[in-house]
Amino acid sequence: MISSSVEYQKKELPSKVQTIGLGLLLVGLLIVVLGYVVNPERSAYNNIIGLTFLISIAVGSLFFVAIEFLSGAAWSTPFRRVGEFLSSTVWILPLLFIPLLLNVNTIFQWTHPAPADKTLIDKAPYLNVSFFVVRVIGFWLLWLLFYYLMIRNSRKQDQTKDQHLTKKNIKLSAIFMPLFALTISFTAIDWLMSIEPHWFSTIFGVYYFSGTILAALAIGAIFIVLLNERGFFVKGIHTDSYYSLGALIFAFTNFWAYIAFSQFLLIWYANLPEETFWFLARWEGNWKFFSVGLIIVHFLVPYIGLLSQPSKMNPKRLIFMSGWILFAHYYDLYWLVMPNFFKEEIPFSWIELGFPLLIAGLIILVFYYQAKRNNLVPIGDPKLKRGIDFRL
Amino acid sequence: MSEKILYSYTGIFDTPDEVTHAAEEAVKQGYTKYDVNTPYPLHGMNKAMNLPPSKLGYVALIFGLSGALGGLLSLWWVSAIDYPLVIGGKPFFSFPAYIPVIFEVTVLSAAIATVLAMLFFFFKLPNNAHPLHATDYMKKVSVDKYGIVIQADDPKFDEASVRKFLERVHAKEINAVYWVEEEITHKHKIFEPKFLTFLLVVVIITSGTTYFSLNKLMFMLPFNWMMEQQKQNPQQKSLVFADGFGMRKPVEGTIARGFLPYEFQGQPDLAGEKLINPIPISKESLQLGQTKYDIYCSPCHGYQGEGDSRLRGQFPNPPSLHSEKVRTWSDGRIFAVLTDGQNIMPSYSTQLTVDERWTVINYVRALQRALNAKESDLQ
Repeated sequence: MISSSVEYQKKELPSKVQTIGLGLLLVGLLIVVLGYVVNPERSAYNNIIGLTFLISIAVGSLFFVAIEFLSGAAWSTPFRRVGEFLSSTVWILPLLFIPLLLNVNTIFQWTHPAPADKTLIDKAPYLNVSFFVVRVIGFWLLWLLFYYLMIRNSRKQDQTKDQHLTKKNIKLSAIFMPLFALTISFTAIDWLMSIEPHWFSTIFGVYYFSGTILAALAIGAIFIVLLNERGFFVKGIHTDSYYSLGALIFAFTNFWAYIAFSQFLLIWYANLPEETFWFLARWEGNWKFFSVGLIIVHFLVPYIGLLSQPSKMNPKRLIFMSGWILFAHYYDLYWLVMPNFFKEEIPFSWIELGFPLLIAGLIILVFYYQAKRNNLVPIGDPKLKRGIDFRL
Repeated sequence: MSEKILYSYTGIFDTPDEVTHAAEEAVKQGYTKYDVNTPYPLHGMNKAMNLPPSKLGYVALIFGLSGALGGLLSLWWVSAIDYPLVIGGKPFFSFPAYIPVIFEVTVLSAAIATVLAMLFFFFKLPNNAHPLHATDYMKKVSVDKYGIVIQADDPKFDEASVRKFLERVHAKEINAVYWVEEEITHKHKIFEPKFLTFLLVVVIITSGTTYFSLNKLMFMLPFNWMMEQQKQNPQQKSLVFADGFGMRKPVEGTIARGFLPYEFQGQPDLAGEKLINPIPISKESLQLGQTKYDIYCSPCHGYQGEGDSRLRGQFPNPPSLHSEKVRTWSDGRIFAVLTDGQNIMPSYSTQLTVDERWTVINYVRALQRALNAKESDLQ
């Protein structure tokens, strides 16, 4: 009854993809370089947003791959390669964090605390330049290690069809999971929370994580639905698999709102000046509208858009909502970073467009070259057949 | 036994794939009144049976939204309209504090409504008499087999063709199921002695258990741990303090919040010289003064302050407040009377706060002015 072999005919992505990716990359790069010449500080702030956005996608996709192994999920197996390809953007993270490490003294206030600033001096054992650099590079190497080990096993399985490789990856995922939790929390603290070093929120790591996994799922969903609708995967994948993907995005939309609101509620209730000033900075002048917009963009629209069952199975709707969520994550990071530097007015000009274009181009190009060299479906995976036959 | 009435034909399968295939075929045949019974939910069965999407989601949506609205309205009514309390310096209507409660009410009402709608509306429970109950078919399909039922009231039902159809999809154990005579004719009586006895027993047991646990059990060892605590109760003899009093006086010099000590105790004339009325005369303060005067002063002094007590001689009438003496007293002197008392008038310092005493004095001044108006007041 159940056949173990799956028919898969590898199809090349159209070269148009490469052209689009290259175009976006070049335009983005031009704007970024120009921006760094014209206004290096403001470009550095945009660079932080871009870096944390790319970490979200790269490490979040690796998390998505790991959680599939760990939970034994079959529905996502036919699409696992999308997550693997996207997580290979881990390689290009230095491109975005090296300029920041060179500029670390101008961006971060904690690098040169005022002598009277007891808070920052007390925080110096953690917040100092050398330890910061060690953390950034250490976390990157850790992600790279797990990316390399897990993806190597997964690709080897295409040839050998060895089921033990899945077992190996399950073990690796189990080790990766707590390390992921720690590294992503400290990444959030290092890059985002330490911009305002006097402020603290114990839930901040979870807050960034909720956006991370949402962005990774959303960009995964875009590639998965686009490729599947054009027949790049195997035949027989049903819209029920889209439903699972949409339900996961919907769940994490709620998770984000839950965490964001928890963070706000505690600070609002306690009303302590050492905590509230961070929110007040986001409530002054035009930032007030931006903050209200965050609730609408990041929660209400995706929530209503993905609430009903048919909307999670509709390919067009799913792509639209996923694109929307990617935008919402960028919006969220912008909201976290920019009010620390610009009071009362929202900075927006061509400088802000550089990093989104650059990152979009990078992701498309990386995906294109990965898809060229590797199978788009993990044909050796023992769960593949079950994943294709997945029905609600 | 009278004539048996046919309910349905049943067929049994060994694998889920076969029953799914049979359901697809049943749809092709055009049967509408048929059902599939399996020991567990089968993925893809909804599609095979061509069932429309469940309407249960709408129940959850409607009740969830009304729960959210109800939660919001009740919170707004309770904390901003009916009983406004300042909590943590927040506004009475503080939406962020409501969100967790609104969320809970939304989830609660949606969940309860969904479960109840599922059981009593969609599943049509309680259904005590169903022909498939107590059949070999039901025993098997609720353990390890998969079954399909084609009902006799289906418009396309025909014994021979249904039997043929079930044979064609390779069903095993094709059987006819009949209504049991009793299931059709039986009427459930409410006032059956057995049922009434059962109700009575339930009432006795529940009320007895409740009475026992609330009034007896809590005083028995070891359940009395909340009633019997090692602590000092009011009015109990203390074993700790030498004087044996369980209730202690506050430390010497303790001042209650918002109360300043009165420094002119027993020195009414000095108070008349030193104290200055801090409450400005305004409509609000006079109205408060009138309210307090009518409550605390008027029983003896009368509503107009003429000493016309409503107590009808059961108590010595006080002098009029319109005498030359009282009119020429300073506000501070009257304050001393209200605070310390005078002759048989007791102190009102516990009934009236300091500010309220001053508003009462303002009101008394207004009463005096009304009876002894100056020429200039008429202009």
